[in-house]
Amino acid sequence: MNAISDALIITKRQLLQLARVPELILFSIIQPIMFVLLFRFVFGGSIDTGQPGGYVQLLMPGIFVQTVAFTLAATAVGLTADMQKGLIDRFRSLPISRSAVLFGRTLGDAALNIVVLTAMGLTGYIVGWRPTSGLFNVFLGFSFLLVFGFAMSWVGVLIGLSVREERVATNATFIAVFPLTFLSNAFAPTTGMPKPLQYIAEWNPVSTMVAACRQLFGLENQFGATAGSFPSENPLMMSIVYMILIMAVFIPLSVRKYNNSSKR
Amino acid sequence: MKAVIAEGLIKTYNKGSIKALDGLSLDVEEGTVLGVLGPNGAGKTTTVRILATLLAPDSGRVSVAGIDVLKHPDEVRKIIGLSGQYAAVDETLTGWDNLIMFGRLYHLSANAAKSRAIELLEQFNLTEAAKRPIRTYSGGMRRRLDLAASLIIRPKVLFLDEPTTGLDPRGRQDMWGVIDDLVKGGVTLLLTTQYLEEADHLADEIAVIDHGKVIARGTSDLLKKQVGGERLEIVVENQDLTAAKEIVAQVSGGGGINVDEGLRQVSAPVTTGSKALIEAAKLLDEKGIHPLDIGLKRPSLDDVFLALTGHVAEEKKDEEVLLTQGRKRGK
Repeated sequence: MNAISDALIITKRQLLQLARVPELILFSIIQPIMFVLLFRFVFGGSIDTGQPGGYVQLLMPGIFVQTVAFTLAATAVGLTADMQKGLIDRFRSLPISRSAVLFGRTLGDAALNIVVLTAMGLTGYIVGWRPTSGLFNVFLGFSFLLVFGFAMSWVGVLIGLSVREERVATNATFIAVFPLTFLSNAFAPTTGMPKPLQYIAEWNPVSTMVAACRQLFGLENQFGATAGSFPSENPLMMSIVYMILIMAVFIPLSVRKYNNSSKR
Repeated sequence: MKAVIAEGLIKTYNKGSIKALDGLSLDVEEGTVLGVLGPNGAGKTTTVRILATLLAPDSGRVSVAGIDVLKHPDEVRKIIGLSGQYAAVDETLTGWDNLIMFGRLYHLSANAAKSRAIELLEQFNLTEAAKRPIRTYSGGMRRRLDLAASLIIRPKVLFLDEPTTGLDPRGRQDMWGVIDDLVKGGVTLLLTTQYLEEADHLADEIAVIDHGKVIARGTSDLLKKQVGGERLEIVVENQDLTAAKEIVAQVSGGGGINVDEGLRQVSAPVTTGSKALIEAAKLLDEKGIHPLDIGLKRPSLDDVFLALTGHVAEEKKDEEVLLTQGRKRGK
């Protein structure tokens, strides 16, 4: 019981930070909104999807997934900063559960994602995004996105605990996430890629997530089912498998790393 | 009853290439203050981190309040307080937010955390700054809040790692006052410092460490006896050297007078402190000698090291870099 309440205290700390410095929220939502608008109006006009509603229907799930994937960066940078300032040392000297600090942070970042996704969804709606699958499926889609963000957050924990400087954390996570989101079906069909890349793109968890969300938001996954690979045929199932896999690997590794974090 | 015992601690970094602790042993009697004195890189921070459950030694035994630190770290965490060299609080949050958060993490009820926060803010003279974000605090205020956070559960044993390093003289005086009050309250304290003056002021006993080992141990009087205590130093024009020597002899009682003709300086150990200084100044004035410089020199860390080891306190750069990497932060 204590482990959970300890974690929630750490989560509350992050929410308090947002309350004390509201600019933090502002800047967390400006970038994704900017992306929605840029892709919608810069590329949207010249990409013919042959679907009713146009590019924005395909774009929104892609940009949602990209945004939650980038939770990894926020988590990593936040943790590295806490380490640098000695805050992690203080937490480790307290009689609290060993994983509370990490769960608290990943939950806090997930909470921020709720705000970010809401802002993006509304922006998308304004510029023409219309999910057709009904309220329940839309809700399911967003829940999926939150869990995926939570899983990616744990990759960020391991990176954050492994580097020594905030700037390194920023760069390392950018290098990790950027190709991951672009080597996918998020913004363009995989059919245009060279064959080997196409396979990588289709097995990419970002692609399965995007395809799954497109399904949940009531869209034929036109960008996904291209090479007929297993993930592109079963995006929902593969996304769940990926999320479980990521958490099963990165949560224990991160907790172990945290317990040894001062041995460096 | 010993509140802290460390025996034969060995700790190496980088696969053994850097030896931070080389068989360090120390203990602290319950209700007393031990000052661990040493230069940067001597192993002070490593020692504190091991005692405070943050780091496991390669070998050695550690216990705090009779509890084995390596076997039962969680039990130890319930009775210790730690305040480090870098004030470890959340700078975005206010002082109040921080104390409540740490209080809750110590599993105090919401009400208990609140009343303890009010008490501590009062005690550390931070009540007015309570609702301000920490990043607006001065260095001294941050340290005081950091110390307050480590006292939430009224720890039996308190570890302070260089509590005044980087503070201005006023911040240092304030901090000393705060620590004095704590000690009067009966806490067992182990503090590390680079300043002999600080150890002298705050500690009952001093352990001097160098290269990961305790090289001397005793009360500050004992150490000072080894080092030579305060010295009266007078610098005069060449023609006044002889007269100045006589005056210094008169004031100091005669022993150990040192005349450096190159520096035109006369010095001697004194035991009467500022009284000797005033007396010397008066005698110089009576003879119409105007000293170029006159003062009392307190023994520094370098003097202690010189007396104990024959070399000055040198910094082990490698280890320092390793230890502070990832913990550095801008002023």
